[in-house]
Amino acid sequence: MASIHNAVLDLKRLDLLANGNSSIHRLDARAKVLVTLIFTICVVSNDRYELTALFPFFIFPVAMISLANLPPLFIMKKIALLCPFVVAVGIFNPVFDRVIILQLGSIGISGGWISFASIMARSTLTVGAAFILVASTGFTAVCQALEGLGMPKVFAVQLLFLYRYIFVLTEESGRASRARELRSCGKKGQGIHSFGSLVGHLLLRTWQRAERIHMAMLARGFTGAFHASRQSRFGIPEIRFVLAWSALFIFLRFQNASQLLGSLVTGLFP
Amino acid sequence: MSHHIVEVRNLQHVYSDGTAALKDISFIITHGESVGIIGANGAGKSTLLQHLNGSLEPTGGSIHIGHTPLSKGTLPDIRRTVGMVFQDPDDQLFMPTVYDDVAFGPLNLGYSIDDVEQRVTEVLELVGAGHLRDKPPYHLSGGEKKRVAIATVLSMSPDILVMDEPTNGLDPFARRQLMKLMKDFKHTRIFTSHDLDMVLELCGRVIVLHEGEVWADGPPLEIFGNSKLLAECRLEKPLSMQGCPVCGNNPAKDIN
Repeated sequence: MASIHNAVLDLKRLDLLANGNSSIHRLDARAKVLVTLIFTICVVSNDRYELTALFPFFIFPVAMISLANLPPLFIMKKIALLCPFVVAVGIFNPVFDRVIILQLGSIGISGGWISFASIMARSTLTVGAAFILVASTGFTAVCQALEGLGMPKVFAVQLLFLYRYIFVLTEESGRASRARELRSCGKKGQGIHSFGSLVGHLLLRTWQRAERIHMAMLARGFTGAFHASRQSRFGIPEIRFVLAWSALFIFLRFQNASQLLGSLVTGLFP
Repeated sequence: MSHHIVEVRNLQHVYSDGTAALKDISFIITHGESVGIIGANGAGKSTLLQHLNGSLEPTGGSIHIGHTPLSKGTLPDIRRTVGMVFQDPDDQLFMPTVYDDVAFGPLNLGYSIDDVEQRVTEVLELVGAGHLRDKPPYHLSGGEKKRVAIATVLSMSPDILVMDEPTNGLDPFARRQLMKLMKDFKHTRIFTSHDLDMVLELCGRVIVLHEGEVWADGPPLEIFGNSKLLAECRLEKPLSMQGCPVCGNNPAKDIN
């Protein structure tokens, strides 16, 4: 169960990073959510064989990591964790799509490999941007920003509760599963049978906890509405941040900056 | 009329599976009293507490808080009067940060933002948790969680404080800290606990529950001096009233 335990610790670390005090941390969460959203749309909407046009987008994560003083290695490790899923999504492209579309010297590169690389680049960019958003803003603030931008309150509250109790539940399931492991003496325990009962117990316990939490809420006058207690300001720095980055993303989306730079360099040095 | 009186008359509760948890409970707790409710596991302590703010509905009998009968109509008022601190602070701290959690009650009561801000700051200082205000609850230690849980209730300025096992799972230092805090409260206080030394120190009155009934009700020294009663109810003397394991001296001998 070390892996679950470590995952929780990592999540807590991500959460602590949001307590930093950089120019990026101080920005209103809505500005950061908006920019990340526009970034994601611009990256994802590229053509499936597009690869060169994606590279200039890396300027955003790099700039954010350095401006917000985030640990780059930690963020990269988090992104790497998701790699197997991304590979699973794209791995069949090279098998099915064998049309050579790029010739590097004598080596022909098929469309499948290009689209596979494109999927990898895109997921690295978008997942990285999401991690950077949470690490520089905090999950709670992101939820509140989404709500401020028009997401129904019910979803925001659900997300907040999910995040709050993920820590309690993973610890609980970690304990239960460790107890099972210790008594199965290195064997499989009773296999799927005991595992089913363990999961069932966790579900029931979660249910009971939910009831107690609801009771605690009612005891403090909860009537169904969450009241906001925090005011935030969307000022000049936020507007500047949103405008500058979105303008860059939209430019990069419609102009292949790598090619532009390439032709500029080759034009200068023929 | 005082808001601080708790009157329980012939209270009965039968759970839907047929377990009779409370059989016939009656008592009156008056203004400013500090009462410990003790008893074995399954004696009905938690069930009784959950009735005091209407979390459970009685099967029979009635509860009056400050002469107001507990019913659906009076529930919002009674929940403001009776502040309930749950046994597991993880159940009580459900908001993203300590500040939000302590502000939750006052905001529901409709106080203005400035008012809420002031209250939250005050009660967090009172429980010695001012430095924790922006932290999420899962970054707190057990003792810190407990103190913040108490603050979430105090911020609603209740007249009566009800606590389920307040010192459960705390280290000796955190336990001392919490006991000092509770000693200073002027509210009517009702605790359940297995920490009999805490009950001896903090309570002016002890109610002993056994199998859903009140088995004894009186001053702590009288109750803890009655060995027969304690044995019947699966309890024992607080450690501070038992003999010293080294010299055999019994500090409570003179009292009994």
